[in-house]
Parts: sequence; structure tokens; C-alpha cells
Amino acid sequence: MTQPIITLRNVTKRYGNHTILKNINLTLESGKFYTLLGPSGCGKTTILRAIAGFMSVSDGDVLFAGQRINEVPANKRNVNTVFQDYALFPHLTVAENVAFGLTLKKVAKAEITERVAKALKLVQLAGYGDRAISELSGGQQQRIAIARAIVMEPKVLLLDEPLSALDAKLRRQMQYELRDLQQRLGITFLFVTHDQEEALAMSDEIFVMNQGEVLQSGSPVDIYDEPINHFVADFIGESNILPAKMIEDFQVAFGGHQFECADAGIPDNEPVEVVIRPEDLALTTLDQAKLTVTIDTQLFRGDYYEIAATDTHGNDWLIHSVNPAEDGETIGITFRPQDLHVMRFGEKEAEFDARLETYEELEDDGVDET
Amino acid sequence: MTKRRTWVYFIPYGLWLALFVIAPVALIIYQSFFDLGQHFTLTNYSTYFRSATYLKMTLNSVWYAFLITLFTGLISYPTAYFIHQLKHRQFWLLLVILPTWINILLKAYAFIGIFSQAGLANQFLTFIGIGPQQILFTNASFIFVATYIQIPFMILPIYNALDDLNPAFVNASKDLGASTWQTFRHVIFPLTLPGVKAGVQAVFIPSLSLFMLTRLIGGNKVITLGTAIEEHFLTTMNWGMGSTIGVVLIVAMIIVMLLTGDQKTKGGTPR
Repeated sequence: MTQPIITLRNVTKRYGNHTILKNINLTLESGKFYTLLGPSGCGKTTILRAIAGFMSVSDGDVLFAGQRINEVPANKRNVNTVFQDYALFPHLTVAENVAFGLTLKKVAKAEITERVAKALKLVQLAGYGDRAISELSGGQQQRIAIARAIVMEPKVLLLDEPLSALDAKLRRQMQYELRDLQQRLGITFLFVTHDQEEALAMSDEIFVMNQGEVLQSGSPVDIYDEPINHFVADFIGESNILPAKMIEDFQVAFGGHQFECADAGIPDNEPVEVVIRPEDLALTTLDQAKLTVTIDTQLFRGDYYEIAATDTHGNDWLIHSVNPAEDGETIGITFRPQDLHVMRFGEKEAEFDARLETYEELEDDGVDET
Repeated sequence: MTKRRTWVYFIPYGLWLALFVIAPVALIIYQSFFDLGQHFTLTNYSTYFRSATYLKMTLNSVWYAFLITLFTGLISYPTAYFIHQLKHRQFWLLLVILPTWINILLKAYAFIGIFSQAGLANQFLTFIGIGPQQILFTNASFIFVATYIQIPFMILPIYNALDDLNPAFVNASKDLGASTWQTFRHVIFPLTLPGVKAGVQAVFIPSLSLFMLTRLIGGNKVITLGTAIEEHFLTTMNWGMGSTIGVVLIVAMIIVMLLTGDQKTKGGTPR
């Protein structure tokens, strides 16, 4: 493994007796797209501020390429930030904004002009140099904020909810552009968002946070398919979460029945929770049904129907189906063993990862994964 | 319906404006065209612009107003900046505003006491071995007291401008590698300049026509336009000439307002 570019080691931040960050450990490798994902107030922006140097941490170390930088002021750190409200200087033109950092570094005039032009071209705003900031649209300001940061050629770019002020369509377009930009420049991106779709779409790795803790980290697919607990499952995507009981390895009971599943390493008869994604549920006839539900309502979402149903034990179900159902109809639902994901109460990420490792080899040659 | 009603609310202020602003200014302009014999004439203006005394007086006024504004600004900006970073800033701001609630005459008389031969200032100078000095009725004491009186009017707009400044701009500047001083020079100061301009307006324009302080503290050694107007109206009874100087003063104020007014900045409003 190469030297990590940013490491947070046991980082804690307190204001008075209020703890914002609780013992955060995370490692960012060079050239990847990372996302801090969580609801507002979970501490994700605080992590960004600690790395940028706008705030000192109460405990723990912030390392940049192996060097402790806790005491290094923001203006001496080789990281740059794209701010949530862009913070473009209103008294300067677009080009002056982008050139701001280079001018301070006393870079030669000709080189500044060249690098500013290159940065503007990179964000597809070549020729906008002489405009005033107030003449730009939100999306254009967003791009200038990115240009102003990347022109400094930082090792790490911190992005604080940079897309939240844009409309849905522009936001989607910017997601592609940011991802593309990150891959072309090879800079490490640390992106902060509360939008799980954004996080899933762009990241190499996601850190899911809540109440000052990193609950789970991993690739978007891992986090979506194998959420560690109720909060992560609920926060990322739509989900059906049901109380269940682990009967034995690869056998779990809920809704009055026992089902085959893909999870193991949990003590027999332990109370657990089961997650099933709505798109993994399929409507079927009653004789092929694993569970029987009654359709309550359904909404047409364009590419699928979102169906709300209740099973015989009173559990609510959310089903995404290409075909519509009929309100009040009693219908069967089915799913595959690997669509079930079992979550233990209070399991930490390290324990979770260790448990997965004990049976994943077994699973690889045992259960047929399609 | 509503359109017919709303102008009613303007009546009190409209009357005030007409009676105490528009009418007096019109009267001053009208008066300035009459000489002592009540003949319509332009001699007042020609006298004014040909007389070395009047021109020197004008220059004097502008020069002293400039000095007062300069010193006020030099003291007020750092003070406003400092107060803005304090924890109990509202309290400290109140202390700054407090002296403005006291009548200017009372403050002037207080300074006469402090600066007089046996006053506090001279007692202190005696105590440290320098011995009593002539403080009252000097140009320095005039500028000192005028600056003291004007400081709150400069601090307030600068403080408000600092308060309106989005702290993200400061972070952005540091993020791009600016030191504290560079951040101040390239970001904070340019973005709070409107506050400074408002402060200059609030200080420079009244300082042009100060006359009470020039007499009470400055001992009439500095003759400003304000003093001249008072002399013409109350002593020499040459209302025409007094009005002419008044018109010059009004024009000077308009020029200052235009110079310090909100020019259309290339970046729009600093918010």
C-alpha cells in the first residue's frame, strides 16, 4: 500500500462539554474520490475543517503524507477547499479570483495567466476571466470555485457540499463533471454531502457518519448491499428493515417464517434485524410466495411502481416493481437468499468486517451467488 | 385604493423635509445672490472666489476636516476590528456609542476643564516633570477633541461592514495561502471599504462646518467655513455673504458624497 495522503488518528473535537467528533480514524489514499456522508450536524464538515486547518482538534492527530500537521496553519497546508457557498471574492473578477492564490505565492505573471486560462478551460468557462462574480449563474460560480482551488495544484481537494445550491439537473451534470475532473487530475477528493445518491454515484469510498462517529466505510456497493446497522441501511437508499432472529448460520427467521440467508458467524437465536432493498423484492403468485402481503397504495415513479404493502404480521413493506399491482390485492412476494442482509445490534465496523471474513471464503465455494 | 392611501404616511416627513431641509436650502441659495443693500448681484460669489482670505479659509476647513477624518479613521478601523473579535462585542459597542448620548457642548466644556492651565492634563504633565503647557486653544487640542467626538460615527459603519462580511471569505483567503495580513489587505479591507466610506461621509462633512469647537477648544485660531458663516450672520450681519459660504459648503458636501458614494463596483455588493 502506498503512503496515505491524509490520516486522522483518534481525532476528537469538543466544544465545551459537547462532543462533535468522537475518536475518528480514517485514511485517505492518494488519487481517490472519498465521500463523507451523513445527516446535517453529524460532524462531516467539522472533519473537513480540521483537515483544511480552520479549526484545531481537541485530541488526536491529523497527518498529511505521514507528517503531523495539527499545528500547521491553514495557509501553509497543501490542501484547498471548495466552499458550500463558494466564497468567491465579490470585489475581484473571475480571473482575479482564480489567480488569487498564485498571486500571493508570487508566481510569475505569464505563468499565472497561463495557469488561470488552463483552469478556466478545465471547468469549461474559458473566456469568462473578465466577468464579475455577480454576473455568473450558480453553476458557473460553482465551477469557478473549483477552478480557484485546483489551480493551486493541491494534493487534496476538500469539497463542502458544493452541489447543494444547484438544481437537480445541474447537480447531476456536475456529478459527472466532478468525477471526470478527479480522474483526469488524479487529485484526492474529499467530498462532503448529505445526499446519499450523490455519494453512491461519485465515490470510490464512502464514510457514513452519524453523531460524530464514522459508522461504516467502504465502497458504495459494499455499503449499499451490506449496511452495518439500522441507521446506515435507512440512510442509504430505501429499505425494508424487520426484526428477526438468527436461527443458525445461513438461516434467519422473520415474519413468521424461516429463510435461507447469506450471513453467518452470529450466535444461534440472537435477535437481529434484516434488511431487504425494495428493488430486490419481486411480486409473485401466492403459491410461489415466500411471504404474503396486502397492497395498500402504489405510486407511479416513471421507471417503476413504488408499492406499499402490509404482511400478515402487520409489518410494512416497500416494493419496487416494474409491473403495477392492484390496491387491496393479496399477493405473494419473493426474494433470493443473498438479497437478505442480517444486521446485529450494536456491532462495530471492525467486528463486522472480521465476521464477514470468517465465512466469505466458505460462501464463495458454498452458496451459489448469482 | 392602497395607492391612494400610502402617500398619507409620507405627510409628516414630507412636511419636515419641506420646512426644514428644502426651504432653508432654497433660502440660502436665494440670499446668496443679494448684497448688503438688497440688490440682486453675483458680487458675493466673485468676492468669495477672489478673496485670498476666503479661499484660505476654505482650504483650512477642508484641511482640518481631512485631518480629523484621517485620525478618526486611523483610530476607528483597528478599534472596530478589535471589538468585532471580542466575546461581548455588543457591550463594548455600547461603550463606544455611549458618549454620543451626551450633548456636544457638555463634552466641549469638560475638555476645557481638562485642558485648562490647572486642569487634569497639566496636573499630569507637572507630575511627570514636564511642567504645565498651553494645551487649550491650540490646533492640536482642536483636532484632538473633534476626533474624540467623531470616533463613534466612524466605528459604527465600519463595525457593521465587518459584521456583514461572510467569514467564509476569510477562510477562503487563508485556504488559498494568504497570511493574516494578506487576508486583511486583499479581502477584509476591500470588502469593508463601503463601511469606511460611510464613516468618512459621517465624519468629514460635519467636520467641514464645525464652529463651536473651533471657538471653545481651538480659541478661534482656526477659522473654518463654519466659523465664517456664524460671523457673517451674527456679527457682521452680511447674510448674503454668509449664504454664499453656505452654498459653497453644500457644494463641497455634495462633492464628498459623490466621491465616497457607492460607485458601481465590478463585483457587486460585498455580501
